[in-house]
Amino acid sequence: MTAFIQYTLQGLALGGFYALAALGLAVIFGVLGVVNFSHGACYMLGAVGAAVLLDATGLGFWAALPIVTVAMFVFGVLMERLLVRWLLRLDPLYNFLLTFGITLFLVDLVKRRYGVSSLAYELPAGLKGRVDIGSVSLSSYQIFVAAFSVVLCLAVWVLLTRTRIGMIVRAATEDAERSRALGINVGRWVTPVFGFGIALAGLAGVLRAPTGSVNADMGSFFIIILFAVVVIGGLGSILGAVVAGFLVGLVEAYGQGYAGSFSQVLIFVLMAVVILVRPSGLFGREEAAS
Amino acid sequence: MSDHVAQGSPNAKGSQHVLEVAGLSAWYGEAKVLSDVDLRVEPGEVVTLVGRNGAGKTTLLRSVMGLHRHVEGTVSWGGSDLGRSSPDKRARAGLGWVPDDRGIYATLTVAENLTLPPVTSKADAWSLEQVYEQFPVLHERRDFPGTKLSGGEQQMLAIARVLRMGSRLLLLDEPSEGLAPVIVQRIGEIIRQIKAQGVSVLLVEQNVTFASTVADRHYLLAQGRVVESLDNDSFQSRTTELLEYLGM
Ligand SMILES: Nc1ncnc2c1ncn2[C@@H]1O[C@H](COP(=O)(O)OP(=O)(O)OP(=O)(O)O)[C@@H](O)[C@H]1O
Ligand SMILES: [Mg+2]
Repeated sequence: MTAFIQYTLQGLALGGFYALAALGLAVIFGVLGVVNFSHGACYMLGAVGAAVLLDATGLGFWAALPIVTVAMFVFGVLMERLLVRWLLRLDPLYNFLLTFGITLFLVDLVKRRYGVSSLAYELPAGLKGRVDIGSVSLSSYQIFVAAFSVVLCLAVWVLLTRTRIGMIVRAATEDAERSRALGINVGRWVTPVFGFGIALAGLAGVLRAPTGSVNADMGSFFIIILFAVVVIGGLGSILGAVVAGFLVGLVEAYGQGYAGSFSQVLIFVLMAVVILVRPSGLFGREEAAS
Repeated sequence: MSDHVAQGSPNAKGSQHVLEVAGLSAWYGEAKVLSDVDLRVEPGEVVTLVGRNGAGKTTLLRSVMGLHRHVEGTVSWGGSDLGRSSPDKRARAGLGWVPDDRGIYATLTVAENLTLPPVTSKADAWSLEQVYEQFPVLHERRDFPGTKLSGGEQQMLAIARVLRMGSRLLLLDEPSEGLAPVIVQRIGEIIRQIKAQGVSVLLVEQNVTFASTVADRHYLLAQGRVVESLDNDSFQSRTTELLEYLGM
């Protein structure tokens, strides 16, 4: 039982990274129709950014959380304005290739500048210890990450479901062309939404920095898991991204706990089962729906 | 926003809202699906576009809306050429699109589906109260996901949505398709009501009996060309002959 609670918390913390990043991927795909391959690299940049900030200025985790997130928002805005925007009218494949190229570029840039070995990063003061609840001893950092990402996902959910901007983003996510034909200037939302999605990936990276290994390659496996999350949740579904994010985190953690090295395989088994039972994903819309 | 206080004289008559399509051709890749189409809809007029499957009716509406871009010719609205202007600009200029699949958002509630589009003309826009009074079922179901409505209710919602925007010309793509006769009748009533308010309608229809109960004029479309343009009286007296000619 003790182990189970520990794995659950670990799963929720892991799921938090996936859910936040997948949420960003989902809104970008929804509003722009772009599958952002560089999402993993942006997650990596978030973590590396936190490490560099610590090294250069001594500013730690709590400062990195807002600073790096805002910096990644700006980075996303620039990426959209300077590059992605010009390919939006073409086949979506072009932007997929562009963001794949950006990934290679960013990863090599970080390798050149900071090498391939992991950068040092520490657990923030105040979250180093463990919390004992009865016989269960839990890492306070994992509690923080799990709670923080759940709260943040809820906040984004409220933003999406309770505000006019959120309504427009949901409508554009469901059908951008139709939203245009109903008088909505979808183009106006493209840049902020892209920035927002990248900022979420960066934020997930900062959250990961204290417990993962911070290096140029940390995004490459992450993006694969992220695509599995999106397939499980349903491409284009915002709720699906969040639910599947936490689901995959839990599967990975239970897998690590009970099945050892099989844990990552389990994620793809889950994905295969979902595809067999519901090809459009847990929350995806059936193609046949008219 | 001011949805609940939008008042004044809704649906005031007037202004020069004429739709004029001249020499419009449209392509999908190499395939030309509209050839040199001319048509005109006067303010407050209900005009239908009749033609069999694949004649190019939907493509024509999409071209007017700016959704289909591979076109030649001109579409002008209220005397000015719409040129290459974007669909959202056209919608805000008063064109109200009701697509053949109704285009109701599954991820939005019924009320959100209604309030999503911006109000483009305060004087013409229906208030939410007005919409709910006309369509009580939309009020009852306002917090349900839009696609939980029946087909007929979704059609009402799609029409109500552009009326709430204050659109001056409704582009209705086969609104009667697949609906029970009572509901088709109800849609007919709504169209007559819209017309009485001075709003015009370009109605795509295959149900010619229905078309002849609501329309002032008709354009017959075959293989992307307008083959006849006639008023409702001639249309009614020649229905059988015309349908045979169209192969319907
Ligand atoms: N996306 C597309 N790509 C290629 N050809 C298309 C496409 N959409 C329509 N067409 C073709 O263009 C022609 C006109 O189609 P359109 O949908 O405008 O006809 P329609 O009159 O609305 O037919 P229906 O009554 O079936 O709705 C048809 O021959 C159709 O096959
Ligand atoms: Mg059609």
